[in-house]
Amino acid sequence: MYSITAHNIGKEYKNGKAVVTALRDVSLQVKAGELFGLIGPDGAGKTSLLRILTTLLLPTKGTASVAGLDVVKEYKKIRQKIGYMPGRFSLYQDLSVQENLDFFASIFNTSIEANYHLIKDIYEQIAPFKHRKAGKLSGGMKQKLALSCALIHKPEVLFLDEPTTGVDVVSRKEFWQMLQHLKQEGLSILVATPYMDEAALCDRVALMQDGRFLQINTPEDIIHSYTQPLWSVKASSMYALLQHLRDYSGIDTVFPFGETYHITTSHTWQSPEALHQYLQQQGQEQITIQRITANIEDVFMHLMNQPHD
Amino acid sequence: MFAQFLSFVKKEFLHIWRDKRTLFILFGMPVVQITLFGFALTNEVKNAKIAILDPSKDASSLRITQRFAASQYFDIEQELQSPQQIESAFKEGKIKMALIFPTQFEYNLQHGGQASIQIIADASDPNVATTVTNYANAIIGDEQQALLGSKLPYNINTSMRMLYNPQLKGAYNFVPGVMAMILLLVSTMMTSISVVREKENGTMEILLASPLRPILIIIAKAIPYLLLSMVNIGTILLLSVFALDLPIAGSLGLLLATSMLFTITALSLGLLISTLTASQQIAMLISLVGMFLPTLMLSGFMFPIENMPIPLQVMSNIIPAKWYFIIVKSIMIKGLGIAAIWKEMLILTGMTIGLIALTARKFKIRLE
Amino acid sequence: MIDTNSHIITANKLTKTFGDFTAVDAISLDVHKGEIFGFLGANGAGKSTAMRMFCGLLSPTSGEASVAGFDVRTQSEMIKRNIGYMSQKFSLYEDLTVRENMRLYGGIYGMSTAAIKQKTASIVEELHLQHELNSLVKTLPLGWKQKLAFSVAIFHNPPLVFLDEPTGGVDPITRREFWEMIYRAANAGTTVFVTTHYMDEAEYCNRVCIMVDGKIEAMDTPAQLRQQFRAQGMEDVFLQLARKAKRSGD
Repeated sequence: MYSITAHNIGKEYKNGKAVVTALRDVSLQVKAGELFGLIGPDGAGKTSLLRILTTLLLPTKGTASVAGLDVVKEYKKIRQKIGYMPGRFSLYQDLSVQENLDFFASIFNTSIEANYHLIKDIYEQIAPFKHRKAGKLSGGMKQKLALSCALIHKPEVLFLDEPTTGVDVVSRKEFWQMLQHLKQEGLSILVATPYMDEAALCDRVALMQDGRFLQINTPEDIIHSYTQPLWSVKASSMYALLQHLRDYSGIDTVFPFGETYHITTSHTWQSPEALHQYLQQQGQEQITIQRITANIEDVFMHLMNQPHD
Repeated sequence: MFAQFLSFVKKEFLHIWRDKRTLFILFGMPVVQITLFGFALTNEVKNAKIAILDPSKDASSLRITQRFAASQYFDIEQELQSPQQIESAFKEGKIKMALIFPTQFEYNLQHGGQASIQIIADASDPNVATTVTNYANAIIGDEQQALLGSKLPYNINTSMRMLYNPQLKGAYNFVPGVMAMILLLVSTMMTSISVVREKENGTMEILLASPLRPILIIIAKAIPYLLLSMVNIGTILLLSVFALDLPIAGSLGLLLATSMLFTITALSLGLLISTLTASQQIAMLISLVGMFLPTLMLSGFMFPIENMPIPLQVMSNIIPAKWYFIIVKSIMIKGLGIAAIWKEMLILTGMTIGLIALTARKFKIRLE
Repeated sequence: MIDTNSHIITANKLTKTFGDFTAVDAISLDVHKGEIFGFLGANGAGKSTAMRMFCGLLSPTSGEASVAGFDVRTQSEMIKRNIGYMSQKFSLYEDLTVRENMRLYGGIYGMSTAAIKQKTASIVEELHLQHELNSLVKTLPLGWKQKLAFSVAIFHNPPLVFLDEPTGGVDPITRREFWEMIYRAANAGTTVFVTTHYMDEAEYCNRVCIMVDGKIEAMDTPAQLRQQFRAQGMEDVFLQLARKAKRSGD
C-alpha cells in the first residue's frame, strides 16, 4: 500500500507571457511508513510537488494520490489526513506558543491532549517557552513548534518543506531525530531539503534538479550506482592545484570538497602515480592522491552533468 | 465546527488586541475626527471681512454700518461703489459677506415704515456663512430694537442670499459622513488587510491544507471588525449627541440596524478585495484609492451630488456610502422612519448579497 | 596569499550586551590578511551581533576592535567604505538589470565611470553574462544571482569582504563554482570572512572560529580542529561544541 503516488506530474506556471516549467513528468511512490526525501537545490521543483500533493496546487498534467485519495477530486478528504509544514515559518508570530498550538488543534477538531504521545518529545522541549510569542523564538524552536502544529491531529502523511533550512547543525540533528521517532509511530513522511547530507537520513530519496528526478533510490544504492573511479587530491598550494588539475588531460571533472579536490578521470587517465609526477613537475609538494568512494553530492553532480533524455 | 469557528474568532481578536498601534488608531480615529469636525462646527467667527454697498449714505444706513464696524465679529474691508463690484469682491475671496443697502434707505424707513437690507454670504464654507449671517441679523436686530425703543413703527427687513452653496450643506453632514468613512476604513480596509496578511505570512497555506472550510475563514475574519465598527458607531453617536449637541431625531434602533447593514456591506467589500489581492500594500491601496476616495467625493458627504456632472451622478449610485449617507441623514436629522429609507436599505442589502456571492466564488480553495 | 603577520581584523575582548543579555562576550581574534576565515555558531550564539560590530553597524559595549585599520567604535564610516558585504537575503536589486546594479554599487562606493565600466566588463567576462547584461536580476537563475552578488560585493576592490550565509539553497556544482570565486578573490589578496550553516563548507576555510553562547570556543585550521576534537569532520567538531550551549534564541 502506498501513502503517496504521483504519476507523470507536470506543472507549468504563467509568469507574465512566459511559461515556466516547474515539474517535468515526475513519478514517485512512497510506501506507508516510509521516510522519503526530495533532495535538490532551490528551484528544482520540490515546493511545487509538495503543494500539488497537499492539494494546494493543481497539476498541469498527471495524477497523484495521497492516502489513497485523489489530490484533485478528493482534496477535502486529504486535508483531514495530512500534516503540512510549509517552507517558511508559517505560524502566527503575534500569538504565543500555547495559543498557536491551541488554535491549530481546534481547527483540526482535536486537542493537544488527544494525540499527546505524538508530540510529547517535541512539546516538552518547547513547553518552557509556552507563553513566549512565536515570533520571538529561535530558529530551532520555531521549527519544533511548527512541527508540533503540523502533527497535532495525528496525520497519516506528513509533508515537510525544507524544515531545516537556515537552522544550525544542532537543531537540524535534533529535528531529524524527531522525524525518525515519528516514522516509528507509523507516519509516512515526505521531506524536501536542499542539504545533500540529509539524504543519508532518509529511507529513500529522489534527487531533484530542474523539475526532474535525477534518480530515486535508497541512499546506499544511489552511492553504489556511482561506478566511476573517484579520487581525492590534496597538495601544498591548493589554489594553484585547481588549475593544475584542470590542465591535466587525464582528468574529467575537478570539484573542491573541503580541503581536497574530488576528481573524475577521462579515458586518457593513466595512474595516480602519473598524476603525482605531473603535479611534482608543477612544483606541488605534500601531494596526496587517494581513491575514495562517492558521497551523495558526488553522485548528484555527476547526474547533473548527464544529458537529459 | 462551532468550536473551530470560535477559536478562529478568538485568534482574530488576539491579533487585533496585540497590535496596539492599529488598535489605538481604530478607536482614536472616530474621536479625533468628530472632535475636529465638531470644532469646525462651533467655530466662532471673529473679524470676518465684509463689504458694504450703501448708495443711500444717510443717517440710518450709516448707523447700521457703524454698528458693524464696532462689532468684534466684523471688519469692514471694502466700501463698494456699484452692485457690479459685489461678485468680484467675493471672487477675490477677500470677503465672507456683503451688506447691501437700497437707495433711499432712510426715506423708505421713515415714509414707508419699512426698509430692507440684503445680506449676501459666501456659503462655500457653510459653517462660516451660517455664523456670519446670524451675527449680521443680530446686529440689524439690535438697531431694530433701538428704533422700536423710540416708539416709531419702523421695520427693517433683511433678505439673505447664499452664494455657491445655497442649501448650506455641511454642518449636519459631518457626523453621517464621518460614520460612513470610519465604517469603511475599519471594515473594508482592516478586513482586507487581515486576510491578505495570512497569505503573506504563509499561514493561509496551512489553513488551506487543513479541513477548515474557507467560508468559516471568511466569516471569522469579519466578526471582530463588525463588533469593532459597532463600538465606533456608538462612540460617534455619543460624541455627536453629547459633545456636539446634534440630537438623533429618528429611531436609534433603526439607526443602529442600518449602520450594521452598511458595516456588513463594507465588510463584504473588504473580503472581496482580500480575495483578489496578494499583498497587504495592494489591499490597502485598493481600499484607500478605490474605495475611500470615491466615498469621500461621490457619497454626497463633501459635495452635493445634484451639482455634479451627470456621469458622476450616475457613478455615485454604485458607492454604498451614498445610500448609507442618505439613510443616516434621514434618520438622524430629518427624523424619518423606515418608510422613507426602505429603498436605500434594499439597495445596500442587494449590494451586500452581490459582494458576498462574488467573494465566495472568487475565494480560492488552492494557492492559485 | 595569507600574511599571518598582518591582521585585517583584530578584536580584543569585544563585548556587546543588550540589557542584561550578553550577546557577544569578550571575544578576541585576529583575522590574517588574505585568509578565508569561517565564522560558525548555532542560531543565537552571537555570530550576527559580532559580525555587525565588525561591519561598523553596531557599536560595542566594551572592548576594542579594528577592521581594515579603522576603529569600529569611532571610524565606522571608514570601515563601511573599505569592506564588501553580501548576504543570502539581500544583495542585489531584483528589479534592476545586471548593468544597473553594478553601476549603482560602483556609484555608492564613489568609483569613476571609467572604473565602473572596466570592472563591469571584467565581471561579465568572468561570469559569462554577455547576453544577460541588460536582463533584470530577478530573471537570472539563483546560482548566477549569487555569483553576481559576490562579484558586486567586491566590485570596489575592498581588502575585506563579509559573506553572510552566501550559498544557501544552490546546487552543489554552483556552490563549488562559488567557492572557486572565493578562492580566486582570496588569492588576489582579498580577505574573506564567511558564515555558513553547511559544515562541509567550513572545511573550505583556512581557519575556522566557532562561537558558543557569545564566546569563541575554538579557532584553528579545520585539520587542527578535527585532530583536537578527534572528529571525522567539522560537523562533529561543531556538534561537540554547540551541544554545550546553554542558551537558545536568536
